[in-house]
Amino acid sequence: MYAVNIEPHVVGPKGSALENLIDVDEHYVSEMQDRALVLAEDPLRCQSLPHMTLAGWDLLELLMEQQALGSPEHFTLTRDGDKWRWINRPLGIDDSFTFGDVSTLPYGPMEYITRQSQGDFCILDQRDGNLWMDAGMVTTQADWSLDFDIGMNFFEWHAPVPLAHEKGIFTRALKFLTNIQQGKPARRLNWTMTINPRLDTSPENYHKWGPDRTTVTPENVGDKVHLRVELQSFWRLPRSNGIVFPIRCYLIKMDELVTQPIWARRLHRVIRDLPEELANYKGLSRYRATLVEWLSKLDDGSPTSAGFGA
Amino acid sequence: MSTGTTKLDVVVSDVVPVNELVTRFHFRRRDGQLLPTFSGGAHVVVEMRDGERTRLNPYSLMGSPLDTREYTISVRRDDAGRGGSLFMHSTVRPGHEMVISYPVNLFSLDLRARKHLMLAGGIGITPFMAQTAQLAADGGNFELHYTCRTASLGTYADVLKERYDRRVRLYHDDRDERIELDRLLSSQPLGTHLYVCGPSGMIGWVRDRAAALGWPAETVHFEHFAAPQPGAPFEVTLAVSGKAIRVGEQQSLLEAIEAAGVDPPYLCRGGVCGQCETNVIAHDGNFIHNDHWLSEEEHRSCKKIMPCVSRFEGRSLVLER
Repeated sequence: MYAVNIEPHVVGPKGSALENLIDVDEHYVSEMQDRALVLAEDPLRCQSLPHMTLAGWDLLELLMEQQALGSPEHFTLTRDGDKWRWINRPLGIDDSFTFGDVSTLPYGPMEYITRQSQGDFCILDQRDGNLWMDAGMVTTQADWSLDFDIGMNFFEWHAPVPLAHEKGIFTRALKFLTNIQQGKPARRLNWTMTINPRLDTSPENYHKWGPDRTTVTPENVGDKVHLRVELQSFWRLPRSNGIVFPIRCYLIKMDELVTQPIWARRLHRVIRDLPEELANYKGLSRYRATLVEWLSKLDDGSPTSAGFGA
Repeated sequence: MSTGTTKLDVVVSDVVPVNELVTRFHFRRRDGQLLPTFSGGAHVVVEMRDGERTRLNPYSLMGSPLDTREYTISVRRDDAGRGGSLFMHSTVRPGHEMVISYPVNLFSLDLRARKHLMLAGGIGITPFMAQTAQLAADGGNFELHYTCRTASLGTYADVLKERYDRRVRLYHDDRDERIELDRLLSSQPLGTHLYVCGPSGMIGWVRDRAAALGWPAETVHFEHFAAPQPGAPFEVTLAVSGKAIRVGEQQSLLEAIEAAGVDPPYLCRGGVCGQCETNVIAHDGNFIHNDHWLSEEEHRSCKKIMPCVSRFEGRSLVLER
């Protein structure tokens, strides 16, 4: 039901989403514009409690370094002590600033860099043997709210997840995460489904996307229903000793997914056999039967591989 | 997956005697690059290759986190210890190539604090060297109370006085100067966090008084630098790897397990981080628990041991390793 799918976050095959530890892809500019639109409507998608500014600088350094390393044709970072220059060619940015001095940037350090980085970012403060959701930029989420969760600890913000607390999953996960070490990031994948290719499925905008779930018919499953995969990574931040938790969302529509027969077979079995509680939690209940019926026609019963990969 | 740390190849760039007991060691990266950024309170584990034997001891980083050209640690010579500090003092010279771990912080500042009240005893001053540098650079509000045996053994007292003047208060045992702890703890502004690092008696005293005076536990931070204690040799069976090992008098159980080619995860090697926690399968004898990780109930249960600092006396011990 729940897989312990945590592994070291190391570079993967060329051309994959893991080619670089922070992935920049062909949707970069449009995702950044989408983020700007969401923020203009709802500034509370980006929040940082007063003690988290240092962690924001840590994140700025991490994202500038990783993006410049992975895509030198798009990004250049030049450092001379605390005098930094950041060039972001796709967005037409060329800023010189003093690292650590918030007055030299147009936004706080976290907001500045996460307006230029794909994916959501939660910065967790580590104290009292727990992790606290004390800062974040969250505009591409699967039905959770930073404004609601800000200031909560690990158990509090995970309280709605069914069946996992009883199994002690969060106690073990917290122990693992509080021991994440500098220079050794880790990752896991999470998934759910989204109707229409919409990044912002937030509770704040439920009225815009929630009703879409009632529009799935046998005729439009292939086009409307999307598998939503989140690549979550975990990094220790050096100055603040916090943890940053980037959540990068990828969407694929059913018509595209089933071009790989083995994916079609596997997804059919996963959706069919998912416990009721999880299906409800992931918000699949209204169209699950329609989806299973559609996928069942593409499942000839042959075996799928046991683990990751093909 | 292993939760240990990444290693850094370094060269000793300087060795500076500080006083009759303490020597400071400077490390730079062998490839000339900058070292990783760290936060005040972090330590590194230094690997000491002493002939056949490898010791791994944790030391707090005491330089400014803003300067990562080099790391500095201060090592107090412990003539009755297991030999790590003596090795550092007698053998390590500039130019030595060594291996250290990435920094790990188990004694982090709480950045929500409106004021940081720091209490140091003896060599427990070292994490505060880095923390005060970090706070001072950002206009942070801190006050440091530092007790030492004599003025000449007040390691870095002069440096701290010069840097921070009235924010540092010194107490010398030989002059009968004592921290007026109750007065100090009763007169702090709301939002103050308390940090203590020093001998375990001092940590216990400060924690007890803070609790008695109504300080919430989450505002009291402490770091025990419990070095493994030597003790009588004992035999252990490692059930998973099928090995029988002997733990020498000057060796920790963790070191003996590692010497047998088994590598449990570790971070602090001082009984606080919990990484090397090991299940006991069978035993006939008594545990000598020296860690601050397991609860008293777990100590009494005889079902777990922290091999980095704890020992055993008796006929047989079988561990799940």
